[in-house]
Amino acid sequence: MAEMLEMRGVSKVFPGVRALDAVNFTARRGEIHALMGENGAGKSTLIKVLTGAEPRDGGEVLLDGQPIRPRSPKDAQRVGISTVYQEVNLVPNLSVAENLFLGRQPTLLGAIRWRAMNRRAAEALNRLNLRIDVTRDLGTYSIAVQQMVAIARALDVKVKLLILDEPTSSLDAGEVHELFAVLRTLREQRLGIIFVTHFLDQVYEVSDRITVLRNGKLVGEHETKALPRDQLVAKMMGRELAALVSERPARDEAQAAQKRVLLSARKLGRRGAIEPFDLDIAEGEVVGLAGLLGSGRTEMARLLFGIDRADTGEISIDGRPVHLTSPRRAIAERFGFCPEDRKTQGIIPDLTVRENIILALQASKGFIRAFSRRRQLELANHYIKALSIAARDAEQPVKNLSGGNQQKVILARWLASDPRLLILDEPTRGIDVGAKADIQKLVLSLCEQGKAVVFISSELEEVVRCGDRIVVMRDRRKIDELSGEGIDEHDILRTIARASA
Amino acid sequence: MTTLDSGQATSRFTSHRAIPREVWPLAALAALLLFNFFFTPGFFHFEWRDGRLFGGVIDIADRASPVMLLAIGMTLVIATGGVDLSVGAVMALAGAIAAHLLVERDQPLAVALLAALAVSLLAGIWNGALVAYLRVQPIVATLILMVSGRGMAQLVSEPDGQIINVNAKAHPGFAMIGNGSLFSLPFTLTLVAATLAVIGLLTRKTAAGLFIEAVGNNRVASRFAGINERLVTLTVYAITGLCAGVAGLIAASDIYASDANNAGLYYELDAILAVVLGGTALTGGRFYLVGSILGALVIHTMTTTILIQGVKVEYTLIVKALVVVAICLLQAPRFRQIVLAPLRRTGKAGAA
Repeated sequence: MAEMLEMRGVSKVFPGVRALDAVNFTARRGEIHALMGENGAGKSTLIKVLTGAEPRDGGEVLLDGQPIRPRSPKDAQRVGISTVYQEVNLVPNLSVAENLFLGRQPTLLGAIRWRAMNRRAAEALNRLNLRIDVTRDLGTYSIAVQQMVAIARALDVKVKLLILDEPTSSLDAGEVHELFAVLRTLREQRLGIIFVTHFLDQVYEVSDRITVLRNGKLVGEHETKALPRDQLVAKMMGRELAALVSERPARDEAQAAQKRVLLSARKLGRRGAIEPFDLDIAEGEVVGLAGLLGSGRTEMARLLFGIDRADTGEISIDGRPVHLTSPRRAIAERFGFCPEDRKTQGIIPDLTVRENIILALQASKGFIRAFSRRRQLELANHYIKALSIAARDAEQPVKNLSGGNQQKVILARWLASDPRLLILDEPTRGIDVGAKADIQKLVLSLCEQGKAVVFISSELEEVVRCGDRIVVMRDRRKIDELSGEGIDEHDILRTIARASA
Repeated sequence: MTTLDSGQATSRFTSHRAIPREVWPLAALAALLLFNFFFTPGFFHFEWRDGRLFGGVIDIADRASPVMLLAIGMTLVIATGGVDLSVGAVMALAGAIAAHLLVERDQPLAVALLAALAVSLLAGIWNGALVAYLRVQPIVATLILMVSGRGMAQLVSEPDGQIINVNAKAHPGFAMIGNGSLFSLPFTLTLVAATLAVIGLLTRKTAAGLFIEAVGNNRVASRFAGINERLVTLTVYAITGLCAGVAGLIAASDIYASDANNAGLYYELDAILAVVLGGTALTGGRFYLVGSILGALVIHTMTTTILIQGVKVEYTLIVKALVVVAICLLQAPRFRQIVLAPLRRTGKAGAA
C-alpha cells in the first residue's frame, strides 16, 4: 500500500516529561490506522505534533515524500491533514451549514450566498449518508450528528489524511456503527485515516493496522488481523504475558462466603457512561475493579457514590432500596470516595491538613455542631500519625504536601468518618512506592475491620493482591467477575482481551 | 554572606508563621491616618457634644458604615468564588420600601423595617438560587437585580418615582437609624459592630466558615466531601441581601429620604474593593471579615483625604480605580513574578 505519511524519530519534551521518545509512525492511503495506548501513552501528543498544535522537538515528518513542519492546525489543513477532536469544536448556536462553511462562506460581492451555502452543505453531508435540515442550529442535533458535521467539515477542505481523536467516546453503539460506515466509505475513497481510541472492540471492528504507544515510546506496529487481543492488551499495559506471576495470598474462602451483603446493584447503568451491570459488595470484602483506563471503572464508582445519577436499575443497601442521587446521600449511608483526580476533586488546596481531614465528618454532622479546635487537632494528629502523613504539622496547607501525602489526607478524611464502604479510584497512582505500600496495607486492614472497599487500579498486580473478587471492565461494560484461588494478572488480561460474545 | 543567611531565615520565618492578612489594610489605613495627622489640621480633633463624640475620624467611620455592612456580606459571597453586583440596588429598594410604608401607608416603624429587610433577604435568596441551583454565573445572575432592583424601587416610590421624604419629626425612630447615637458613637457603628459580631461568630464558631472556604476553594471536592455546596452558596447571597437591606435603611435614614435612583449607587464596587483590600481573593477560598471592614475604612479615609486636600471630586474615582488595578495586579502571582523578580534580584545584588 502507498505510504502517505511518515513520521521518523519524532520527539517531544514537556517540562519534566518525555512525552514522545523517537517515535516512528506511518499512515497509508486507503487504510484505517488505529493509534492505541493508555492515557498518557503519548497518543494525543503525537496527534498534536502531527497537526502543528505543538511544535516537535526532534525527528522528521514526510507527507507524500515531502518534509512538512506545520506550525498550526490550520497550517496542517493546508497540506491536507484534518483533525476531528473528541469534543466537537463547532458552534452550537449557528446552523449546520454555517458551521460547515465557517470562515470560508461562499460570497458574492462580500455578501454570503446563503442558498448556495445551504445546498453545498446538504451535498457534503449526503456524501456521509446524512440527510438533515442544514439550516437548523447545530446544537439541536445529537452529539453523533455533530460529530458527523465535524467530519464533513474536515473533509470539505482538500484532505488527504483524516485524524479522529477519540471520536466515539460520547456515542452509543448505534451511533458508532453509523460513524464506522462513514469511515469505511472514506477508506474506499483512498483517504488515510488515523483513529485514536481505547475501545478494543472498535479497533478490531474497523481498523486495518494498529500502532501501540506506551510511555511515549513506540511499542510496535501490527496488522490488526495478525495481533491477538490479549497480546494487544499486554502491549498496552507494557508486560509480556509469560512474565506475569501470581502474588495473590491465600484467603479463607469459606469465611468470605458467609459475609453479609452490604450493597447490591441490579441493572444499574447510565447512558453514555456505563452499560447496566449487577454488583454485590459484602462487608469486609475488597472488590477490585480492573480494566483499561476509560473502560468504565470510574463511571461505575461515580454511580455508586451518587455523583452521577443512574438512569436504569436500582441499588439496595442491607436489602433496603436506596436512591443515591448525590454524594450527600451516599455519605449518609456511610460511603466514602477517593476520586481518581485528587487535585481537582479531592483536596481543598488552600485549607490545612486539619481542615481537609475533618471536612467530611464535619459535613455529615452539619455546620452548627462544630468540632472544637482541640478535637480537630486530635483527629488530624491521630491520622497524621496512623497513616504516617509527612506534613510539617496539621496546620500546613495541603497543597504543599506531596501527591502521596495528599492522597493519605483524603483517605484520612474518610477514615475519620468511619465509612462502611470506601471507594478508592486509583488511590496509588503517581505516588511513591512507600506510600503505595502503606495504602495497600491500609485497604487490607480496613477489610479486616469489616469495612467494604471498592479498589480501582490500573496496576493489575495491585488489584490481584488486594481484591477478594475482581470485576473486569471493558468498553464501559462489566464483562466478568473473577474470584477464587489462583486468579492472576494473566487471567485478567485474558478476560479483558476476550472478544465480546 | 551574612545578608544571605538572614534573608533565608526571614523567608523560613514567614513561611512558618504567615503574616495575618489584615496587616496590609491596617497598614494602609495607618498610613492614611498618619498623612492626615500631619497634613490635615483638626483631623484628629474630637469634641463632646450632647452626650456624643464628634470628630473627623468618627465621621469617616459613620459614612463608611453602609459599605462596611455590604462588605461583610460581600466577603462571604466572594469567598465562595462569586460576586454580588446587586447590593447597591437592593439598598435603594430597601430604603424605598421602608419609606413607602412609613409615609404613604402610615405603617408602624417595625412593620416598615421588617418588610424592607424581608424583601432584601428575598432579593439575596433570588440571587443565590440563580447562582447555586440554576448555575448562572454570579456576575450575570446579580446583574439582573442590579438593574431591575432600582426599577422596583422606582415603582414603590410613589408619586414621583424617585424620592420619598421622611419627616424626621414625624418618624423619629427612622431618623435614629442613620443619625442617632448609642454608646456616645453614631448608632450606625453599633449596627456594623453587631453585624460583624453575628456573622463572625456564625462563620468562625460554627463550621459554616470552613464550608464557605472549602466551597470557594474547590467546589467539586467539597461536594464529594458531603458539603451541601448549593445551600452554602444560597445562604451567603441571602446574608448579603440582608446586609444590603440594613445598609439601605441607614442610607435612607441618613438623608431623611429614600432615593430610588441614587441610594447605594456604585456601592457594590466599593464593597468589592473593600473585600479585596481586606485580603480575600476574588477567586474564592479564605476570607477575612475584619480585613474587609478595614478595607471599607481605607476607601472612605482615602476619599475624605482626597476631598480635604482640595482635589476635585472627579479625581477620587480615578485614584480609586488606580488602587483597584494595583491590588488586582499584586494579587496575580504572574504579575508579582514578572515585576518583583527583577526588583528582588537588584536588591540581592545591592546587598552583595
